[in-house]
Amino acid sequence: MQPSEPMIVFEGVEKRFGDHVVLSDLDMTVAPGEHVTLIGPSGSGKTTILRLLMCLEKVDAGTIRVGGRYLTHMEKNGGLVPADERYSREVRKRIGMVFQQFNLFPNMTVRRNLTEAPTRVLGLSKDEANARAEELLDLVGLGDKIDAHPTQLSGGQQQRVAIARALAMRPDVLLLDEVTSALDPELVAGVLSLLQDIGKSTDITILCVTHEMGFAQDFSHRVMMFDGGRIIEDAPPEELFGAPRHERTRTFLQAVSG
Amino acid sequence: MENLPRIVAVLLDGVPETVIAAAGGILLTILLAFSAGLALLSEHRLLRAISRTYVEFFRGTSEVVQLFWIYFVLPVLVGIQLLPLFAGVVVLGLNHGAYGAEIVRGAVSSVPKAQVEGAKALSFSPRDIRWRVVMPQAVLEMLPSFNNLFIQLLKSTAILSFIVVSEVTERGVQVLVPNFGDDIVLIFVLMLLIYLVLAVLITAVMRWLERIGARRLGRRPSASARTAAVAAAH
Amino acid sequence: MGWDWNYAIAILPEMLGALRVTIEITLLGSLVALVLGLVIAVVRRARIPVVDQLLWAFVEFVRSTPLLVQVFFLFFVLPRFGIVLGAFAVGVIALGVHYATYTSEVYRAGIDAVPRGQWEAAAALSLPQSRVWTGVILPQAVPRVLPALGNYVISMFKEVPLLLGIGVVEVVNKAKELSSETFRPIEPYTIAGLLFLALSLPASILVRRLERRRAAV
Repeated sequence: MQPSEPMIVFEGVEKRFGDHVVLSDLDMTVAPGEHVTLIGPSGSGKTTILRLLMCLEKVDAGTIRVGGRYLTHMEKNGGLVPADERYSREVRKRIGMVFQQFNLFPNMTVRRNLTEAPTRVLGLSKDEANARAEELLDLVGLGDKIDAHPTQLSGGQQQRVAIARALAMRPDVLLLDEVTSALDPELVAGVLSLLQDIGKSTDITILCVTHEMGFAQDFSHRVMMFDGGRIIEDAPPEELFGAPRHERTRTFLQAVSG
Repeated sequence: MENLPRIVAVLLDGVPETVIAAAGGILLTILLAFSAGLALLSEHRLLRAISRTYVEFFRGTSEVVQLFWIYFVLPVLVGIQLLPLFAGVVVLGLNHGAYGAEIVRGAVSSVPKAQVEGAKALSFSPRDIRWRVVMPQAVLEMLPSFNNLFIQLLKSTAILSFIVVSEVTERGVQVLVPNFGDDIVLIFVLMLLIYLVLAVLITAVMRWLERIGARRLGRRPSASARTAAVAAAH
Repeated sequence: MGWDWNYAIAILPEMLGALRVTIEITLLGSLVALVLGLVIAVVRRARIPVVDQLLWAFVEFVRSTPLLVQVFFLFFVLPRFGIVLGAFAVGVIALGVHYATYTSEVYRAGIDAVPRGQWEAAAALSLPQSRVWTGVILPQAVPRVLPALGNYVISMFKEVPLLLGIGVVEVVNKAKELSSETFRPIEPYTIAGLLFLALSLPASILVRRLERRRAAV
């Protein structure tokens, strides 16, 4: 990867579900270490961007590159062909994701949730993976829960474990998909301040979809306003929240701030 | 009542055959249920079609017909005469395996899609996703339904008396009823009790497996899973 | 020995006659199972001490033991108490009672699924108990369990051949008779299998469609 190369590049990306166009001709770049927050009304395509990066959905047109390598396509005989499962998985290893509903594995303890992928996918030894898991659980404040089952934890604790699980893969890119939306109100602040700490102490590139505008303002280097599958405004948070240029952005911000 | 020891002895004489038929049938059922159930979820159309045909065929015809067909028709067609007990195990397994395939299919597809996505986000291989994330959760869901299915299978072993396997029903009806006509109520009560005890044993083993499984998931077996299973078993 | 079309066609009328017997037993047995099962479910709902425990034990016992043994039991034991019935009637009763224990559980699930508020609303209107059941609860509970009940009727149809043990000439017993007369087992047993398939396959497709319609509502 060249030093000047962006971490994430979307070029002419289109995504449809049946007749419904979710993303149309989308271009977007994110620099290494940048924190970008995607905001906008539901159904505007924010979450689809994260799901495309995680290969949970396939693009209908256009290309996505991550760290200089194509994610959606692979080079073959000088041309580009759609990526196969194995290739995508290889590129995707550098990306981690935290979900709205945590998606912890109920059949595994917290420890195994954190060590299973590092050992199976990255080939870490058991000791290395365990050490990494313990360190991360301490970081998220749940060092004493390592042998608990996910069902024995509160929503906030489960989400902290899910964050630790994503970090255990040492990703270059972290995707946060409405990570506080399923939490009880009193648990939201703790998870958000944990994310602030992680943002400050690492150089991970972070893409975040959230409805927490205060968090978006403090956390992001750049905010993108989505509507109807397009980016209608792309600016540093102080500008976008302080002096939105677009009428649609203004009405949206008014609506969410109540 | 003075015939009680004789009656008990004759009935107990049939227990090994009943147990072998049930245990053999259960093993074959598990094997077929998982093979056919996973084949029903396969991406290969041919595999799905073969499995669907097997399931519909064995669920659509009567178990007694299947037994008689394998025992009386197969020898004429291909010249292989199966031993009665063996023919019984094969039919019990084939028949209940078809029902079990639907249990496996249902349980695997009931594992939330979010679990698969969570695993994909960690770059697990499709193989690891199936065997380390989906199957452990699905198997726990299957246990109550398999409990019901195995009890159905145990009850079905009685039809082996039609092809003269000396199991409990055959002992009772062919040997005891003609000889101890005065004790007929006693004979039947004892027969039914033997089946009841075996059914309770099956349930005890399955509940034990459920408890182990639930502990691994850090929760109690859900009541909803059990009631759903009652409806699904048939 | 291969398949003989002439023989197959020659025995078909007799096989169809036996199928008719099988269907008659299924329908009468279903009637017993559907009515008796409902009675058990409604009585158990009242939670009368002792009666409730006895019914529970009866249901569990019947469900956990082989239908075939129960058939023999009724066939041999009823005459001892002066009740002399033909094999056909014994078959209908045995199948009906056995399946009533299943349908009672199905009805129970359906009744439990009726929201509490419906009972309370009916009570608030001071409806008599019988009217609460027939006018409010059952009209909501029964439609949603129809697919499950349908599945049991199909299962019962496939279990009618057990009655060959007491000499009822249903499909499989007819096949057995024919094959021992002519020493040709292939055609009778294969036709028997196909007859079951021909009826139960469309029936279960129908039930599945009903299930989907219910799920969609």
